[in-house]
Amino acid sequence: MGKTLTEKILADHCLEGDPSPGQIIQCRVDIALGNDVTAPLAIQAFESLGLNRVFDPERIVLVPDHFVPNKDIAAATQAKIMRKFARQYGIVNYFEVGQMGIEHALLPEKGLVTAGDVIIGADSHTCTYGALGAFATGVGSTDLAAVMATGRCWFRVPETLQFIYRGQRQPWVTGKDLILHTIGDIGVDGALYRAMEFTGETLASLSMDERLTMANMAIEAGAKNGLFEVDDMTRSYLRNRALRPPKIYTADADAAYADIIEYDVTAISPQIAFPSLPGNVHPVEEAEGIPLDQVIIGSCTNGRIADLRVAARILKGRKVHSGIRLIIFPATQNIYLQALKEGLIETFIEAGAAVSTPTCGPCLGGHMGILAEGERALATTNRNFPGRMGHPKSEVYLSSPAVAAASAVAGKIVHPSRVAGEETI
Amino acid sequence: MKFSGSVWVFGDDVDTDQIIPARYLTTFDPKTLAQHCMEDADPEFPQKVQKGDIIVAGRNFGSGSSREHAPIAIKGAGISCVIAESFARIFFRNAFNMGLPIFICEGLQKTVQTGDRVLVDGDKGEIVLEKNAIRFQTAPIPPFMQTLIDAGGLMAHLQRSLFTGMNHT
Repeated sequence: MGKTLTEKILADHCLEGDPSPGQIIQCRVDIALGNDVTAPLAIQAFESLGLNRVFDPERIVLVPDHFVPNKDIAAATQAKIMRKFARQYGIVNYFEVGQMGIEHALLPEKGLVTAGDVIIGADSHTCTYGALGAFATGVGSTDLAAVMATGRCWFRVPETLQFIYRGQRQPWVTGKDLILHTIGDIGVDGALYRAMEFTGETLASLSMDERLTMANMAIEAGAKNGLFEVDDMTRSYLRNRALRPPKIYTADADAAYADIIEYDVTAISPQIAFPSLPGNVHPVEEAEGIPLDQVIIGSCTNGRIADLRVAARILKGRKVHSGIRLIIFPATQNIYLQALKEGLIETFIEAGAAVSTPTCGPCLGGHMGILAEGERALATTNRNFPGRMGHPKSEVYLSSPAVAAASAVAGKIVHPSRVAGEETI
Repeated sequence: MKFSGSVWVFGDDVDTDQIIPARYLTTFDPKTLAQHCMEDADPEFPQKVQKGDIIVAGRNFGSGSSREHAPIAIKGAGISCVIAESFARIFFRNAFNMGLPIFICEGLQKTVQTGDRVLVDGDKGEIVLEKNAIRFQTAPIPPFMQTLIDAGGLMAHLQRSLFTGMNHT
């Protein structure tokens, strides 16, 4: 019986045997990641072991991104625990404010993750790196502590679901819309405990940033990981960037999939997830006219340069509606600088948007754009659970950056073509 | 492993933002987290929950963020175990890794009401609803997960194998 991509990567990292789906295995881990919310707990657990070294100081990545720049004294204390640990154990890849970015935008950009890797992160959106052909999955802080000590992690080998996308996208339809449509179709536990593998001719036309967006949201369907095949675009992205050589796997022709789901994308409009589940997805036409208080463009899902370019194309020469607070978060310092050089930041500020230093910020209701009772936001983030961005009685709708930017101009949810005409992205 | 207690019933897709909202994640102290446990799902829960109570939920309990603060808050609130129709995968592994007993059980959540008492026999894989003696089966716990439970969580398991020189499995 042949193997899926996920099965092949796990088999090559498995300490013994030739694993099959359902089996629990021990694996070598190439990169382990923590942030200012999850690492302090992991550090406490690690220190309970009484070891004086980590398994490999070059393979642990620590990024303060959730509540930084420190939002209050408690957040500052958490960040300090991580900073002290990084110094004490010689963690090479600790990124301080000024160099940091949102972790899942930062690690690919810095070349810390590459094709064929097994990556764990104490953050659920660690699945993002599947866009580069890596097995990447979110775990908890105790798992991170165990990996910091041993370089190993236990996994149940997942069954694999294959998703095939065919056809040409409509104007303003992006990777975000394809993944929202998919989650809406299979539900927020539609891929529970399973791998999602994305393929099909449509994906060749997506930018790497859009693929990162799609893999990022695999967790919102309950998946263990979301994986793309490596193609020329991946190779060119990794070239001159990946710090370790990529290892490229292909799925066997006779690989066994738990299910194969095909989409004809020609019929898919820009998609909106309504409150309060990422699976509560409707075409934008059904959301048009819903009034908004705030629009957020950013996050590990949609804060990359391609996202900012789309937003700027719509905002150029236009003004944010008087009733709207538009806040834009370039996801890393490099993305911020690139946006500055391209004039995107100027466009945003002239349009009346606020532009922030990189942070997860409002995505998880941390800081920098919290909602009051009864307020409603449209966000390019990944979750719209009750209270996710602030008050338990506030609402979050999810969309692509194109829909978000157009809606910020209109003051209500609209199809981008109403503001900026028909255009293929 | 046996538990008996009053249940708190919740629906499907209770995410970790509802179990412990991110605005409280600037600490990992169990007592502080417990004061806000489930407050966005049921504002009365943190005040009214009693030591030994049991959470019963529908599908996909613990979805969303990987925050281990969620099982810590639940344990800190005195909850003895969580029973759900299914668990989101990161919450599932976090619970075993840090020693919060959880059970997968079909049917219970649709039958039971908040305040009912149940008896949970983890060894027999059985849950009994006290008021009418209806029995429910729990899904078997995989052997590796059972070793984590027996050791008292992943770190205790790891400590044992590191200090006996065994290749930990």
